[in-house]
Amino acid sequence: MRESVRTEDLTRTFRGEEGEIKALDGVSLSVMPGEIFGLLGPNGAGKTTLTKILCTLLLPTSGKAFVNGYDVVQETAKIKEVINLASGGETPGYGILTVRENLWFFSQLYGLSNEESKKRVSQLIDAVGLQEKAKERMNRLSSGMKQRLNIARSMINDPRILFLDEPTLGLDVVFAQEIRQYIEKLVKVDPEKTVLLTTHYMAEADEMCDRVAIIDKGKIIVVEAPARLKSLFSKDVNLLVEVSFIGSRADELLKLKGVKGLSVTHSPEKNTTTLKLVLEEESTISDVISAIKEMGVTMHMMNKAETTLETVFISLVGRGLE
Amino acid sequence: MTSKLDLIIKPAFSRAYIRIVMGNRVWAEVLTDSMLPVLSLAAYVYTYYFLGASSQYVGFVILGGAMLAFWSNVLWSVGSQLYWEKEDGNLETFFISPASKMSLLTGMAFGGVVNTALRVIVTIAVGVIVFGVHFDPSQIPEALSVFGLTVIDLYALGMVFSSLYLLYGREAWHISNLLTEPVSFISGLYYPIQFFPFWLQALASLIPMTLGLDILRRMFFNGSTILSESLEVGVLAIMAPVLILLAKFALDYMERFSKREGRLTLRWQ
Repeated sequence: MRESVRTEDLTRTFRGEEGEIKALDGVSLSVMPGEIFGLLGPNGAGKTTLTKILCTLLLPTSGKAFVNGYDVVQETAKIKEVINLASGGETPGYGILTVRENLWFFSQLYGLSNEESKKRVSQLIDAVGLQEKAKERMNRLSSGMKQRLNIARSMINDPRILFLDEPTLGLDVVFAQEIRQYIEKLVKVDPEKTVLLTTHYMAEADEMCDRVAIIDKGKIIVVEAPARLKSLFSKDVNLLVEVSFIGSRADELLKLKGVKGLSVTHSPEKNTTTLKLVLEEESTISDVISAIKEMGVTMHMMNKAETTLETVFISLVGRGLE
Repeated sequence: MTSKLDLIIKPAFSRAYIRIVMGNRVWAEVLTDSMLPVLSLAAYVYTYYFLGASSQYVGFVILGGAMLAFWSNVLWSVGSQLYWEKEDGNLETFFISPASKMSLLTGMAFGGVVNTALRVIVTIAVGVIVFGVHFDPSQIPEALSVFGLTVIDLYALGMVFSSLYLLYGREAWHISNLLTEPVSFISGLYYPIQFFPFWLQALASLIPMTLGLDILRRMFFNGSTILSESLEVGVLAIMAPVLILLAKFALDYMERFSKREGRLTLRWQ
């Protein structure tokens, strides 16, 4: 069976003010038809660079990449016929035009006949719940509605391989869930389809993805099914601690023996810091408590947590997605 | 089944259609865009009246004003179009689609011509009705051919600018600003460029608008014909395919460069 996506030792460097930056460093992966494949990594990990190379928007510095069996450097025209991309936070289209007009325009970029276009546009407007806004100008839509339109646009050519970069960014919880279900259904109904999903939401990746690749500093750390990953890391001890504001001193916890990773989230409103720690074994908990006390901060809460994709990520990368 | 021709014609048609719809949806904008420029034109006309210049000069101003409408559209709209497409997040969608980019650019340009035509019609109508400019009716068919050729050249130049703006324009409107006044000055929008030294005339003739205006004025006010202006008309005719090829080259180069440098979709660059 032909892979939907295959990369071989893919590298991409950018020239920065402080010399060359390696955004991708020897990435090799393979995604099969029928898969929803997640790319997880912190900001600057190389996820978007990889997506852009696969969408033919960027050339690799070295290595090879194939989409639907076609080379991303030599056979871009063939790739463009079978892909599409939606990036969260982007609102392609023209503000003064209506939802329907915008979708019609994007359908013409794929040469759809008037009949096909009409049918497809109506179908997508229904799918993303924009029926009541179909005749509304795009610049009068809320950001969530614009994101729905963006998702509809990305499906206008019924792409065989769909790249979604943070697709649920800015969407309300209910609609984000509807979109996830719609995407899952797409692949279920047509097993030839593939979705490559980049997301910050671990729960989203956990729920939707057949496999995920965790990527950090341009390198793939692991490629595995979420359930399998959670089972592999089930022996980790996951600790959720809420303390008074701790600032950058939290990083000192990483120096403790037995601490595999730490995710820090500050809450300025509550003046607190939430620490998610992944420990090798239970005995390290007392060391963590002592270290926090020595920092002179007040501990509000401490709980043990189950292994999730997020704790696996912290364990592998050493930090969270923040 | 989508054919290669569909990927050329449909994107061009839809982009032109979208541009025309966008340009005419807000009536207040349509009115101000077509009526207000007539006021600045009137200022030149009254200056010539006051100086007691020949009525030909008023004709110069009206033709210049008509052409200026296209030039402004080329500079401020077609030239910076790809830049604004990038800022609006559309460029990425163009580049991942199989649509011909050149046909999209052509569609943008064609839509611009149609939208600007209204302003041009208003300008010429005001010239004829209000200022009494007389155009020799027997010259109109030939003049329209020259006019059409000039507009094609101008928009082809705009298509070249479009990619260059994207490549080198940190903020596209600065380039438009930079080009507006000097070009208005040397292209003889409101006066014949024969006042200029030869080298400046030669330089000005590189801008299709200068050549086109020069021919049109001689046709309308000096009784020239396409045949008697064959050299300049020939240059205009050659400019069109050369500029269109140049636009294609610039577009391809811009796409390759952006893919290599990773700047294709970075905003405010």
